[in-house]
Amino acid sequence: MLDYITSYLHSDLTPGQAGNMLWATVYILIVFAGISLAVVAMNWLERKALAHMQVRLGPMRVGPHGLLQPIADAVKLLIKEDIIPSEADKLVFWIAPLMVVTAAFTTYIVVPFGPTHAITDMNIGILFMLGVSSLGVLGIVMAGWASNSHYPLIGGLRSSAQMVSYEVAMGLAVVSAVLMTSMNATGIGTLSMIGIVNAQKDQGIWFAFKYFPLGFIALAVFGVAMVAETNRAPFDLPEAESELTAGFHTEYSGLRWSLFMLGEYAAMIAVSSVAVTLWLGGWLRPFPNWLSGQPWDLIFSLFPAATFLVLAAIAALGVLRMPKHAYFRVQTIGLAGFAGVLGLIGLVLLIPPVRDRVEDIYWFVIKVAAFMYLYIWYRATFPRYRFDQLMKVGWKVLLPVALGALIATAVVGVL
Amino acid sequence: MSDATKYISHLELGERDETFLDSNELIINMGPQHPATHGVLRVILKLDGEKVLGTECVIGYLHRGVEKIAENRTYAMFNPYVDRMDYVAAVSNGLGYCEAVEKLLNVEAPPRAKYIRVILAELNRIASHQLWLGTHALDIGAMTPLFYTFRDREEILKIFEKYCGARLTTHAFRIGGCQYETYEGFERDVIKFVDFVTPKIDEYEELLTTNRIWVERTKDVGLISGKDCIALGVTGPVLRASGVKWDIRKAQPYAVYSEMDFEIPVGQNGDTYDRYLVRMAEMRQSLRIIRQAVGKIPEGPIMAKVPKVLKPPVGEIYHSIEAPKGELGYFIVSDGSTQPYRVRVRPPSFVNLQALDLMVRGALVADVIAVIGTLDIVLGEVDR
Repeated sequence: MLDYITSYLHSDLTPGQAGNMLWATVYILIVFAGISLAVVAMNWLERKALAHMQVRLGPMRVGPHGLLQPIADAVKLLIKEDIIPSEADKLVFWIAPLMVVTAAFTTYIVVPFGPTHAITDMNIGILFMLGVSSLGVLGIVMAGWASNSHYPLIGGLRSSAQMVSYEVAMGLAVVSAVLMTSMNATGIGTLSMIGIVNAQKDQGIWFAFKYFPLGFIALAVFGVAMVAETNRAPFDLPEAESELTAGFHTEYSGLRWSLFMLGEYAAMIAVSSVAVTLWLGGWLRPFPNWLSGQPWDLIFSLFPAATFLVLAAIAALGVLRMPKHAYFRVQTIGLAGFAGVLGLIGLVLLIPPVRDRVEDIYWFVIKVAAFMYLYIWYRATFPRYRFDQLMKVGWKVLLPVALGALIATAVVGVL
Repeated sequence: MSDATKYISHLELGERDETFLDSNELIINMGPQHPATHGVLRVILKLDGEKVLGTECVIGYLHRGVEKIAENRTYAMFNPYVDRMDYVAAVSNGLGYCEAVEKLLNVEAPPRAKYIRVILAELNRIASHQLWLGTHALDIGAMTPLFYTFRDREEILKIFEKYCGARLTTHAFRIGGCQYETYEGFERDVIKFVDFVTPKIDEYEELLTTNRIWVERTKDVGLISGKDCIALGVTGPVLRASGVKWDIRKAQPYAVYSEMDFEIPVGQNGDTYDRYLVRMAEMRQSLRIIRQAVGKIPEGPIMAKVPKVLKPPVGEIYHSIEAPKGELGYFIVSDGSTQPYRVRVRPPSFVNLQALDLMVRGALVADVIAVIGTLDIVLGEVDR
């Protein structure tokens, strides 16, 4: 038994590939908990960042700077009355949110957080990812239909049309990245997520910059399509608040509604992971070949600890700026505790074995976080597209551009 | 559903291709509880997929019988009620009513009072347009302008609060002039506000005017020609965006607008984008008027000589002003007693709302929202 546990530790494969069910289960639990936590953090960050872009403060009441607001929201949603409309198709109504969440979380099976930090690696990884993530639309259509109400129905119809059209452009963009993996001496490409990142490492360039601007165009097409795919502003037509009240989840409340939100945010992180893996070098740190060698490895491995220490410093600054009033004492202590935890994590990350273990994950998460920030930024800046314009952008702009980039990549690659 | 069908039954429907599937139109209720109908407007939409075949406005959810109340109040007592009609432009409502009664009484407010009225009315025009811009942009999906405009509108409300104690339903004027003298530093505050808000208007424009999505969402949406506007009685920025240069401040100057130097912004296409540009330009013109008025404001009394008990001679009067949303008219019939025999208000929102069906027929659901926003209706005024 002990052998079974320890045998994996010396392998340089993902647990899925090594066939070690125990470690695979552990990884699944870690990823599930991690993504759920990331969704919670994203919830708070989005509200805060959006608020500051809009000259307001955002959540400030629950916990210091509203840090506990997501928890308060979660509790509120959990204890809400669970309503199923009497006219709804109960079974489908019940399944729909589960469908969305399952689809969003299943994709994480192949997301590589590091060379060995993935649940498993498949030789068709990216295909699996695209296939499973598009199952989410089924849940949305089911929700729209099962609610047996007009606004959700229109929302569901919009979302199915939207997702189907954007998947085409998205797929073509992905193909051009996959094509780039074959631009090596052997001429053999790969669809495996880990293989794609390794290809970028071997070729010494992130695919976003390969055959500039072709790689970048593909990334841009994917970047637009992924926003549409996850129903976020400015493509949030299926849930367009001002038109369809809440779109496909108008009739949902409480826990079921929160499952939709969980699924949406998890899907956002998932597609961002794809973009990072395919074009921005996944877990690779900046310039792994150029700035290689002992000192550079050390410097870059200190980044995770430095980030947490800076966050801790910001939180500590927040403690100092807290109003000196008895009313704020609990909040101040809480924020100080939060700063302490962040600082502690930062210090733990300085320990050499831990440092080496998490560095890959750190670079991956940082890149994904940049995409998440883009999502928030879009939401604060752009008005919403109209349905026909959305279709126009999808079919008349993104599709030809993606196709052109694909052909150009192929031609340049052959030359 | 049956209720909705009853309303929709008399709508003439466009030509449709009959298919073997014989698909039905979708009839949905937009409102009265809907995030984008600016209050309690109920629009029954007949949809073919996303295409709008026809609309029917159902109003009256906010009906308070303001006109009837007038018949049981003295002229002065009715004055605060008019503020509750278009509550985002309460000053203009009060201005129109006071001027109408003054005309009926054949008195004239002293010049200083008139200047104060113009300054406050123009400040209120900016506040109203800011609120319109924020909510209109929010309807189209741009969240951020809402918070920018509310931040800046706050400064106007602060001036109102310092002047008369109220922020929204100001009741700033009295029949015959103003009740309050301006407070110490009023002119300075107003000029400070003008300087403060001028770059802010550029800031709103920066977010929207050249934003591709904003232009696509508003250009050629809700088209209405100048001729149709006149036929339907549509006034205000909606009329001007269709190319008709009609502004009561110029056409039939009231208060002291004849002494002000300003332009009437006019659009060409009569689409939502032009209406947006016209209103943005109007805010700038209002700032220009305010600056002039503050510079020219004379010393003197603020109330004309009016009797304690107002008893206008028997007769009737129609007086209209240019409210932020269009022509706001008061038709008052006096039977010589202390109470009006009949007051009829011509609210711009109510008349402009008529154009909704014409503007959205054949468009998409999302355009209905954009058009309701661009008409700039306030339901308190539509229903009265």
